[in-house]
Amino acid sequence: MTFIGNKSDLRVVGTRPVRPDGVDKVTGRAVYGADATMPGQIIGKVLRSPHPHAKIISIDTSKAEKLPGVKGVITSADIPNIPSEEAFVGEGPMNFRDLSLNCMARDKVLYEGHVVAAVAAINDAVADAALKLIDVKYEILPHVIDVEEAMAPGAPILHDNLFTAGVTPKPTTASNVAKQVRFTIGDVEAGFAQADVIVEQTYTTAPVHQAYIEPHACVAAIAADGQVLITASSQGHFMIRAYTAKLLGIEIANIRVTNAEIGGGFGGKTVVYLEPLAVALSKKSGRPVKMTMTREDVFRGTGPTSGGTIWVKVGATKDGKITAAQTVIKLQAGAFPGSPINPALMCAFAMYDLANVDTLGYDVVSNRPKVAAYRAPGAPISSFAAESAIDDLARKLGMDPIDLRLKNAAKQGSKTVYGVTHGVIGYEEVLNAAKAHPHWTAPLGKNQGRGVATGFWFNIGGESTGGVFINEDGTASVVTGSPDIGGSRASMAMMAAEVLGIPYEKVRAVIPDTASIGFTHVTGGSRVTYATGMAVTQAAQAVVEDLKKRAAMIWDISPEAVEWKDGEAVPAGANAGGFDPLPLAAIALKAAKTGGPIGSEISVNAQGAGPGFGAHICDIEVDPETGHSTILRYTAVQDVGRAIHPSYVEGQIQGGAVQGIGWALNEEYIYNKKGHMDNAGFLDYRIPVASDLPMIEAVLVEVPNTRHPFGVRGVGEVPIVPPMAAVRNAIRGAIDLEMFHLPMSPPRIRAAVDAAKAPKAAE
Amino acid sequence: MSKIHVETTINGEAMEFLANPGESLLDALRNTLNLTGTKEGCGSGDCGACTVIIDGRMTCSCLVLAVEAGGHEITTIEGIAQGDTLHPIQRKFLENAALQCGFCTPGFIVATKALLDKNPDPTETEIRFWLAGNLCRCTGYDKIVRAVQDAAAEMRGG
Repeated sequence: MTFIGNKSDLRVVGTRPVRPDGVDKVTGRAVYGADATMPGQIIGKVLRSPHPHAKIISIDTSKAEKLPGVKGVITSADIPNIPSEEAFVGEGPMNFRDLSLNCMARDKVLYEGHVVAAVAAINDAVADAALKLIDVKYEILPHVIDVEEAMAPGAPILHDNLFTAGVTPKPTTASNVAKQVRFTIGDVEAGFAQADVIVEQTYTTAPVHQAYIEPHACVAAIAADGQVLITASSQGHFMIRAYTAKLLGIEIANIRVTNAEIGGGFGGKTVVYLEPLAVALSKKSGRPVKMTMTREDVFRGTGPTSGGTIWVKVGATKDGKITAAQTVIKLQAGAFPGSPINPALMCAFAMYDLANVDTLGYDVVSNRPKVAAYRAPGAPISSFAAESAIDDLARKLGMDPIDLRLKNAAKQGSKTVYGVTHGVIGYEEVLNAAKAHPHWTAPLGKNQGRGVATGFWFNIGGESTGGVFINEDGTASVVTGSPDIGGSRASMAMMAAEVLGIPYEKVRAVIPDTASIGFTHVTGGSRVTYATGMAVTQAAQAVVEDLKKRAAMIWDISPEAVEWKDGEAVPAGANAGGFDPLPLAAIALKAAKTGGPIGSEISVNAQGAGPGFGAHICDIEVDPETGHSTILRYTAVQDVGRAIHPSYVEGQIQGGAVQGIGWALNEEYIYNKKGHMDNAGFLDYRIPVASDLPMIEAVLVEVPNTRHPFGVRGVGEVPIVPPMAAVRNAIRGAIDLEMFHLPMSPPRIRAAVDAAKAPKAAE
Repeated sequence: MSKIHVETTINGEAMEFLANPGESLLDALRNTLNLTGTKEGCGSGDCGACTVIIDGRMTCSCLVLAVEAGGHEITTIEGIAQGDTLHPIQRKFLENAALQCGFCTPGFIVATKALLDKNPDPTETEIRFWLAGNLCRCTGYDKIVRAVQDAAAEMRGG
């Protein structure tokens, strides 16, 4: 793969055209999950547990089944009881048995909202009535919500067969701690012994939901011959196919999934909740079944990300050289193992070139919904603590916090705690751009503060398929297996247009169903523009090679004597002959006579995704009377490798930053003593609205990733990593209060103001 | 319970349909009239994805009963463009990349239409407060606000 070098040579990459799916989305024509229909469809609905932890003694569905209009009722008896099996299909490790039990509880319910049964009926009203007729007898068990309480001796145990992994000797008693994991380099004790200044603190973060505006939805049908059709909104139709096949024991070739337009996901739509149930209900009823979640379902029944407790200790010499960094992180996994503890540990200090680092983590189950991936899973949690500690360290040292970071910045050759040595990265460039930005030195008023924080995310590559096909009139069709969640059809068409040398408007990108293109991993991990873009670029390059051969055939010269320039075949030099250039359209017209249709589909398993780094500067004004924080100005600097469509890159950064601001200031799952979520709606789970925010300035730094033909690095996840610490550090600057708990909501800030005013008790 | 006959005007056309007494206007639009451009994000009036204009007023269609639509004029996202000519608001949303997933977009465009019909020259603050009932989780609102400013400027100029 040759690197398509200088930015000045690019005609399409780096411009800002209108996206191919744009008109459909501004006119209401685009079909999202809940908009899709199948002929003869009926409505499927689920019954959810009202208890956070209980044994299911019995489920009597007989009354519901007899209700006129009910076409089928299912319970776990209708879902195969599959064995434990680890898999990696979504955006993290997943145990198929846990996934099955999460879709439909079998012997126990493990959180309020856990599905225990489902019905299919001729309409909403009948389905609702049928749910009320299902009689579930529970034996209520003690529950545990908090992570520390779940780890304590005597805590209610969720799974009798869960023994802490990663400890020797293997434990003999069941525990809510699913896993203990450690990454370490050097010797932190020796490092702390060299330190002149040490900061040490414990922080907590609350679980937060991805809060995509589109609730999960699907429509599914299984025919008498066992063939399954599913249309669903998700971050991966191949993921839906894989999970549905596994959970229901169906061969993959018998399932065809069409991806509807997706109304946001942020990691939360990388797993299934409804699809296997819809297929099971279709089997029972003989009809296509449509299922749509309510917003309350989304909050109670789908994965937020973990909340956690993070202890951090960092030491440095007087001149600001960090000598050791250490963290212990306990993350809530929800009802089944699988918190993002590993990436939380790996990312905490990945921005720094450190000799001595020790990170220890615990993956802890409790009676909450099973967590799902959320944008840079784990990294925002650990970075909130680590970047708050780095800020405190800078204060203690009397150093500029950007200078402290520059002094310890990771660079090419820096070794990470998880064993990987950084390649070409742009962290120093990002820090320098932040420092040079006028925002960093702008004046501040009373009760106003400025914070900075930085963040890291690996970005991933993986399996992708992309195709480029030349149409008879010289236009091109681009197909990929990656659901387009934020404009990727535009970037795919742009990369293909660049390589083919034709205008962007001549290229159309679509996402066909799972039977019509090769396997493609989920849209997640900031991988699509990188990995799927690599497949599309390689396919376009293969097409260009073919076009050159066709021109050579038409001219009756050797293919080596043909060059491709600006969308035309031209003779390589005077010796090749004096032929007029052959435009792509002219070659396309003669395709039948030169070997048939012109096109290429390439599947890759892309390696070498370049990691991304960001630095965010936040100005905040805090009202000490009300505890309310107002974001005054926000600048997000990020190394994006190379921006294919800069507007959508900026959009990723702005959107990620604002999700982080919500995480910092407002968002949290609130549980009452009964283990019920008290705020399962957008009124009480408050995500940022337009009037909460200023413009968000995105500054693109481009340190090209040498492993991608255009230099692309993933961009979607990095921007949610720095905001919480940036906001926290800004609040400290505004009112000189150290905040340790998220969200830093008005009541929390009020309490901190009051505590600071109160006379200090003797310690 | 028998259905109720509703006569109304939607996007300038006289329409009639049958609705259950408890059915929301949103459900009638989506399920009965097949106008699925209006979205449901919450069903409780908190997200604005179902925004329509009723007699000139911006309204969450999930909070209105379908039968209440009788005799009123309703504009949905499907009625914003003139045939195949996009409304300046729609064009500016595209040019400014003011959408990522696009799910909240119909609600934002309809809400913006209601704003600019009333106030052709809103300040940034006025735009942000007018749109505070429309949730977007993708964009951080920056490019949406810019698109509204651009559309307003073009519409004033034209």
